[in-house]
Formats: sequence, C-alpha cells, structure tokens
Amino acid sequence: MQPTNRSSRILLPVKRWFVYFSLIFALALEYIPTGRTPGVPDWVALVLAFWCIREPLRIGMGAGFVFGLLVDIGLGAALGQHALAYVVLAYLANGLARRLMWFPPLEQALHVLPMLLVSQVLMVVVRMIAGAEFPGWLYFLSSFSGLLLWVPLTYLLLLPQYQPVDRDDNRPI
Amino acid sequence: MSLVGHKPPPIFRRGPAPLMRLLMFVCVCLALLVSDLRFRYLEMFRHALSVVTYPLQMAAATPADFVRNASVYFATLVEVQLDNAELRRQQLGSGERLLRFELLEQENAQLRGLLEMSRRVHARSIAADILYNAPDPFARKVILDRGAQQGIEPGLAVVDASGVIGQVTRVYPVQSEVTLLTDRNQAIPVQVERNGLRGVLFGAGHGRLELRFVIGTADIQPGDRLVTSGLDGVFVPGLPVAEVRTVDREADAFAAIVCVPLAGVERSTQVLVLGRVEAPLPMPQPEPVPEPKAKRR
Repeated sequence: MQPTNRSSRILLPVKRWFVYFSLIFALALEYIPTGRTPGVPDWVALVLAFWCIREPLRIGMGAGFVFGLLVDIGLGAALGQHALAYVVLAYLANGLARRLMWFPPLEQALHVLPMLLVSQVLMVVVRMIAGAEFPGWLYFLSSFSGLLLWVPLTYLLLLPQYQPVDRDDNRPI
Repeated sequence: MSLVGHKPPPIFRRGPAPLMRLLMFVCVCLALLVSDLRFRYLEMFRHALSVVTYPLQMAAATPADFVRNASVYFATLVEVQLDNAELRRQQLGSGERLLRFELLEQENAQLRGLLEMSRRVHARSIAADILYNAPDPFARKVILDRGAQQGIEPGLAVVDASGVIGQVTRVYPVQSEVTLLTDRNQAIPVQVERNGLRGVLFGAGHGRLELRFVIGTADIQPGDRLVTSGLDGVFVPGLPVAEVRTVDREADAFAAIVCVPLAGVERSTQVLVLGRVEAPLPMPQPEPVPEPKAKRR
C-alpha cells in the first residue's frame, strides 16, 4: 500500500488495533465538553471517513453504526442520529475509496467535505422533523474545520505505517 | 450465484451488496430514532451502553475541568472583594425578609389549620452548579454537577435566584441533564399571578416562550407575571416563570401569547434543584358503591 496510488513509497500494512485505537481516541475527543462553540470538528466522522477510504475492506458501515451509537449516547443526542449520519458517510467513503486513492491529500479533502456536509444535513433534517429548532448556519462550520484538518490527519494516522527510506541499489522497487 | 453451479471462492465473498447493507442500516437507525424520540423506549438501553462510554467521558471531561478550575484560580482579588461586598448587602436584605417570611409562614399555617385547608407543599432543595451546555446543538440543555448519587431524580424542577429555568430530564451517576424552558419540547403548567388563569407554557426557541391554549377573550395582558400552578404534581406551586410580552387575539381561536422567562435561563451558573417532599395527592376515587342493605340491618 502507498500513501496515495501515485506515490512510489511502500507502506507497512495497517495494524488492526491501531485503526480501532484511533477511532476510540477520536471518540474521547468528541466527548470533550465544548458546549455550543461552533466549528469544533466531528472527530469520529473524520477518522471514520479516513479509514473507510484507506481500508474499505475492514472499516465500513458496521463500524459507522457502532461508533455512531456511542457518540449518540455520550452526547445525549437522539439515539440513532449520529449512527444514521455515519452509516451514510461510511457508504459514500467506501464507494469513493478506489477513486480517492489517486488524489493527493489536499484534493482528497475537497472530496471529503461534501460527505461530511451530507452527514450533517441528514442530522439536521432528522432532528427538525422530530421538532427541534434549527441550530443555525454556524453548525455546518465543523465540516469546514474537518476540511482543514484532513491533511495533518492523513499524515498523523499513516505515521505508524511509514518505514525508513532505505537507499539500496539492489532493491527492485 | 455463479453460472457453473458452485459458490464463489472465499476471497470474493463479501456479503450483501453495499447498497443493500446501507438500506438495512438506515432502516435500523430510523427505527431507533422513532422509538427514542417518539416513544422513549430506549432509556434502559441508553443506560446500559452508557456504562461503556462513562470512563471515556470522565477522561474527556478532565481538560474542561482543568480550564474551569484555572479560570477560577486566576480570578482577581478585586473581583472577589466586590463580589463579597455585594453578597453581604444582599444577605442583609434577604435576612430581614426571611425573618418576616417565617412569621408569615407560621401565621399562614395557623390560618390554614383554622380553615381546614390542605397544607402548602414543602420542597427540598439541592444546590448545583451548571457545568456546561449539553453538546447536542438541537436542544436547549445544560449539564449539572449533581447526579443520582446526590439524590437528583428525573422530573425535578430547576430554579435560579429569580425563577424556574427548567426540568431535570436525564440523570447520570454524578451529573444530570436539565432541559431548559426555552427548548421546543419542554412544557410547564402555569397560572397568571394576577387572576389565577391557567395555561401551559411551551418553549418557542430563540429564548422565548409561548402560552398556548388560552382562548382569545381571556383576561391576560402584556406585563402579567406567570407562576407555576403545581397542577402537574412535579413543580412546587408559586415559582415565578415568565412575563407576558405580547398578546395577539386575532390570530386564531386561541390567543398567540409570547412570553420571556424571568430567570436567567441561558445565563445562570448556580441553580437549585427543587423536589416535592410528598407525593402528589391521589386522583379522586369514584364514589364507593353503597353497601347492600342486608349488611346494614
């Protein structure tokens, strides 16, 4: 596996425990009580989208559903609200995974933004049907902060898979 | 199914198609949402799963606690002195009022005893701090630093110095969640202080409240104070709630009445959780069936 399909650098295979550890760590970040501060990124959605793109065979809608339920319970939101959003996000990310691997991280981020927005719009629609009030346009700011975080996040989450560049004339690749 | 009559090798076996799986998960999510929002069936499930998330939540709350404690620690001496002077002044004023209040309460109890009326409701109270706004951006909720271990129960009223701010809706072991009056799904039975007219006050969003189901010809005018009626058996009667801002009698069969809360619903930081000491009176029983005459003889 390479960082992107155009790169000539070979990565180590991903460790399964690291995938779940990063998701649980994102869950802990999500639980930090920030009140109504606009623009706090949805950490679980970001990390989930990342692994859905990198490892579409391992992380998908099932993981989205489980972590969505955990977010719902931790935040005191309606049960199933984040689960629904993350399942749709995982479906979109899994579907676009093959295509996205051909782009550098910055252009991947532009693909991820609409996915995050779709998941947020879904949550707004579901809660407004249930009678809640509109949270204001600043609510969607968190997708844009996710856009800014995509490149550093890609670097950080791929860090355990990088191996030292070994200058060796005899190696075939 | 392959054409040659045997199953594909395991490397190609991937379960149902993604779109199928998506539809399945979406259906499950919608079922969960409906049963949680509409029927409130899932509180037990939520409590069971919150055991898993609780350690993570505690760990995540640590940085927030640290920031809050640091801001308290660095409060300047001048601020504390000013606060202290202000509190002393208030203490003097309220001490005098309290003396009179005790006298009046005794007098009231005696008069009520003379008139053989039922006693006024007594309340027990728990002081609590508001920790932070609940993270759910679709509802107006706050989190208190007292929970089931300190005797908080769902349904208790939450007041600040000037009136009701909301009601406890969910209780965790050491925290509890309060739905504010301004939440769209929160209702509170009230009466007009001036003439005892009853109604139900609903949250209307944007920090305002709406008194519904009051007929257009009712005697209500801007400036009227609304207090809890206590008919629900949850709130202590007579707590100030809101003030009528505008009354539109033309809108419908019912008047459209917009109110603003008296308490600092979205501003207060220290609150009291009030509960009734005794259970509300039982519903009136139907008249006992007259006993058969044979017994009377």
